Amino acid sequence: MTNKTIEAYPLRSWMREKLFLGMPFDEYLKSLITPFNIFVACILLVGIPMYFLRYLQGLIFVMHPSNEYPWGLFICLGLLGIVPLSATGFIMASAVYLFGLKEYKPLVRLAVLTGFLGYACAVAFIFTDIGRSWRLPYPMILSFGPQSILFLVAWHVALYLSTQFVEFCPAIFEWLGSDRFRRWALYTTIGATIFGVILSTLHQSALGALFLLMPGKVHPLWYSPYIPVFFFVSSIWAGLSMIILVSWICTKVFRDKADDGFLNGLDNLTVGMGRAASITLFAYFAIKIIGVAHGYHWNLLTTSYGYWFQLEMFGFVLLPCFLFAQGARYRNVRLLRITSIIAVVGVVLNRLNLSLITFNWNLPHREFPKWTEYIIVLTIFTVFVLLFRWMVNRMPVLREHPQYKGMH
Amino acid sequence: MGKKEEGKDRRIKITRRGFLKATAATGGISLFSKANSVVGVEKFTGAPDRYGVLTDLSLCVGCRSCEAACNEINNLPQPKVPFDDQSVFEEGRRPEPNSWTPVNRFSNPQDKNKPIFVKRQCMHCDEPACAAACLVGAFKKTPEGAVIYNEDVCIGCRYCIAACPFYVPAYDYASPLYPKVRKCILCYEKKVKKGEPPACVEACPMEVMTFAKRKDLIKLAHKKILEKPDKYVDHIYGEHEAGGTSWMYISPVPFEKLGFITDVSTTPYPEFARGFLSAVPMVLILWPALLIGFYMWSSSREEIFKEERRDDHD
Repeated sequence: MTNKTIEAYPLRSWMREKLFLGMPFDEYLKSLITPFNIFVACILLVGIPMYFLRYLQGLIFVMHPSNEYPWGLFICLGLLGIVPLSATGFIMASAVYLFGLKEYKPLVRLAVLTGFLGYACAVAFIFTDIGRSWRLPYPMILSFGPQSILFLVAWHVALYLSTQFVEFCPAIFEWLGSDRFRRWALYTTIGATIFGVILSTLHQSALGALFLLMPGKVHPLWYSPYIPVFFFVSSIWAGLSMIILVSWICTKVFRDKADDGFLNGLDNLTVGMGRAASITLFAYFAIKIIGVAHGYHWNLLTTSYGYWFQLEMFGFVLLPCFLFAQGARYRNVRLLRITSIIAVVGVVLNRLNLSLITFNWNLPHREFPKWTEYIIVLTIFTVFVLLFRWMVNRMPVLREHPQYKGMH
Repeated sequence: MGKKEEGKDRRIKITRRGFLKATAATGGISLFSKANSVVGVEKFTGAPDRYGVLTDLSLCVGCRSCEAACNEINNLPQPKVPFDDQSVFEEGRRPEPNSWTPVNRFSNPQDKNKPIFVKRQCMHCDEPACAAACLVGAFKKTPEGAVIYNEDVCIGCRYCIAACPFYVPAYDYASPLYPKVRKCILCYEKKVKKGEPPACVEACPMEVMTFAKRKDLIKLAHKKILEKPDKYVDHIYGEHEAGGTSWMYISPVPFEKLGFITDVSTTPYPEFARGFLSAVPMVLILWPALLIGFYMWSSSREEIFKEERRDDHD
């Protein structure tokens, strides 16, 4: 009976298997009604119309029309916050494919997917924020500003997004069952990984370098000729923390989509990543101190901005550094996972501090983002969480596809 | 034994091929990146005959004729408060999309009855931060001295606004589809290109502003300060600020008391980005070489492990 149905309706059975998680459509729809989904639907119901009104009413509808703070939450939180957390892909891919840490293989796809969606999310924020969104390809095809660091950023984001897509392609083709395309995609692995590391190095640091042009506006404790290095190094510990965090969430939420290879080895891998994150955090702390020393800004440390800087440095850099070290030493995976939250918050806080909270520190008045910005940021993040869930539920991300076990 | 040698041979071959690959990849990438980086590293010293404007703040009476002339020549809409209304001075104003040169009033510590009026507009830097920031090259410093803007390529990223040390460019947030960055363009097409003074300079009844070649203006300003050292502060704002600007001011009152941004670096702003831009080609060339090296290293290690295991079996 079932066989007959499959033969009679190939498209329907394909959709059932690939899209509806093996359920008939009505059953699938019913399975979607969960408290989490209702909560998410509420966010989208408010956020999506607001998003489109931005194109009818202008940016003034969703953000403060400020020329002192031309970049609001979309750029400072959406773009600058998400990009270091998307360093996951290049870190894991280079660890496994270039540096030969093969035991981390079960995490590569998850890391690449997180990175890919993170970058796609960043592009969505750029698309929302810039005045003429449809001109986004201009710096690539029509009008070049090669003297601009933002020109580099634009190229690197575009190239890296494509590279990460290629890196994730094997999983997509395994899901679609296309053997030949899967093999083609696998050929590119090493090349794409190397290309990805180059692009990430330049692009993570270039995002910091954007602020080199604003020595009077970025607070001296955050401004330094080393900003590009700070951004790059912090992206490494941020990316590692993000993998610890995301893989932890996956063991809670997507346990049924993960295989033993993923679940059994994860504790050991978390310890290894925690150790690496701890060392990177310590190096980062050290170069940040060098930054203060280089500018001779010691006296600023006891101003109100200075206390805020110290909170960031001790609470969100040195503390997670220490906790990661403790967790790795005593193999306390739970501590490592909780610490990863502190580090993830820490890197976002750093980006917000530099670009928004202490920005224009010497102007008499301060401006805070409009409430609509928070809603749209939440909406875009939500859309990408849903995309992530959709892909992890269907594609072999946390597990090896039975047909290709041990092959890639 | 023979087996082992064969294995060694293969390793060398892989290494050579890998090396060629690395070289090709490096060459390809560096060719591709040429446009990215090299252009930004050149230093711009400025066209020698560029124009400028010198504003003598001791002369301005706050009549706002310049503001009216600016709106007229640039086809900007009439403001809600008419130009002859002095009430606008109650609050400080900054350049806005429809008001490119607001005049502000400051109290004069030397003479309470004679306030100082300061006209603000784009400073027309010799090496503009906005031009260094723009990823589509919409801003250009012309040989005549004006910093002009090409709205046809602008994508609206507002990096120029973030980068400008003088807080000048303003953005059309209210326009949903065609927002532009607006700022004074020194009446480039209509006036300065032909060697004529900008509309605001012409409109001024008090001759507050002098339009001439920038190098002559600096001489003039120094002469004025030298002749009346009691009247002027010994500083030409714009001579060195941001590496030198085409618009300059002399004043009877210290500039920091008149809302001027006095912590502007004397280094031209594009200079701050140059170090990073020149590091980019290094990464593009060295990273592939290093990474391919690491890859070959780790894969040859794996091969050795495999062989050792095979030998153990034998």
